Amino acid sequence: MKSLDPRVNRLPVPGSPGQIAPKAPLDQFGSFEVFVQPKEGKPFQHEGIVHAPNLEMAFVLAKEAFTRRFLCTSLYVTDTRDVFVSPTTEGEHNAYDLIGEASSDQPKESYEIYHLPRRGKQHIHAGTVEAGSPQEAMWVARQTLNDKQVFNIWAVRSAAIRRTKPEEANLWQTLPDKKFRDASDYKGGDKLKEFLERRHA
Amino acid sequence: MYGGGNTFEGIKTDSLAQEDPAKLAEFEARIARGEKIEPTDWMPQLYRKQLIRMIEQHAHSEIIGALPEGTWITRAPGFKRKMSLMAKVQDEVGHAQLLYSAAETLGKSREQMIDDLITGKSKYSNIFNYPTFTWADCCFISWLVDAGAIVNQIANAKGSYGPYCRALDRICAEESFHLKYGHHCVIYLATGTPKQRAMFQEALNRWWPPMMHFFGPSDKISVHTEVLMRWKVKMGTNDDMRNQFLDMYVPKILELGFTIPDPKLKKNPDTGRWDYTEPDWEEFKRVINGDGPCNKERLEVRRIAEERGRWVREALKSPKTAYVTPLA
Repeated sequence: MKSLDPRVNRLPVPGSPGQIAPKAPLDQFGSFEVFVQPKEGKPFQHEGIVHAPNLEMAFVLAKEAFTRRFLCTSLYVTDTRDVFVSPTTEGEHNAYDLIGEASSDQPKESYEIYHLPRRGKQHIHAGTVEAGSPQEAMWVARQTLNDKQVFNIWAVRSAAIRRTKPEEANLWQTLPDKKFRDASDYKGGDKLKEFLERRHA
Repeated sequence: MYGGGNTFEGIKTDSLAQEDPAKLAEFEARIARGEKIEPTDWMPQLYRKQLIRMIEQHAHSEIIGALPEGTWITRAPGFKRKMSLMAKVQDEVGHAQLLYSAAETLGKSREQMIDDLITGKSKYSNIFNYPTFTWADCCFISWLVDAGAIVNQIANAKGSYGPYCRALDRICAEESFHLKYGHHCVIYLATGTPKQRAMFQEALNRWWPPMMHFFGPSDKISVHTEVLMRWKVKMGTNDDMRNQFLDMYVPKILELGFTIPDPKLKKNPDTGRWDYTEPDWEEFKRVINGDGPCNKERLEVRRIAEERGRWVREALKSPKTAYVTPLA
């Protein structure tokens, strides 16, 4: 390969050009859902996903992918398979109306409940309930968190979430110092004005 | 932000005939009301197919687009420019991550997309098949190719597919500094020494034809385009996007005292649209089909990265997690 970039010319060339050695079926990392708290006191909201080999790496990658540019106070991730999802509704139909009664004889534990308040928007954390199963958690949420119409509900066992640890709360502290990521750091106006005045003189 | 001038697959005339007419009517009514389509909603096969294709092309363009700029990080003039360019290139790769995720919600796995990029099955923005000879070429991309992409992306953010719109909203917000940074770089070259000015003028001469190609050939207003626009997959014709770009940026380029290498370029006062020399669409086709100055290098660099990363993926792989389709 002949490139303008000497580093490309120095690259070792494994395999054969235009071909990629076959991968085992689904040779790829797991999927993890990412939630961000934009400000102190605001609820966590769903931001997207990352692929990672485990929950811990998912947290690291999520920090880089979703909180590199904008200030936030906290971040957490959970395995996509740990999210229990309700049916999605539309129009005037409340997703909670589709949640049937459920009970469980399993020991009670905390579940985080997320609502989709508007179609096309993100899921937002609505509250925490105690239940023995995700189905029961949705049923409990129907009694306690069902105060306005929602289009979809998620329930996640609190213990399945990798949260920001107290000692990690300073992860985002230096973000405001990174001025080179801020449009206001690129003021070319004066230089341009002076140039235009010179040209028109 | 790099997407633009997507190529869509042709529609077979009967491709909508197999769809349930009641569901199709309901789907179209939802889009007409301005509501978003979510991954779990019913959608015609054709909608799913064209969206996967479009979002995937956009994601590949971010990844490949990072290469011609990334190559200049070590040679960017000064520490500050290096920091800025590094942050910008990192953003672009991050945007690819967001876009791949959005495409995945439609049912194509990320590994499949990456493999299709490497084997040449999927396309990316044609403009990145051209080389960045000088720092000024890199500045042209940062300012004007990004500007062109932003025109497309702002339009697409109003489309109908929820996950793609959400990814684009985030991308547009993150772009805030890219365009300002690119303009800043060009202002410095324009107001610098005669050599610096000449360097940008040469870059402009080199990049203008691919920039005009960037938005794609004029759409034949076919049933195809009409369906894609009704479904809010395609948000404007390629010519509309090109015109909008020319409206916004030709005055800014001329203000800096540069010459655009097209004697026919001027705004037609009667139509309110730009007249220009018809870009060479034969060259466009030739380059898109693999015969451009950098096609081979771009794909090789990706392929080598993938091969060299294999052992890392192997080492990290764990039976405790599994790939599943993302939720939203």
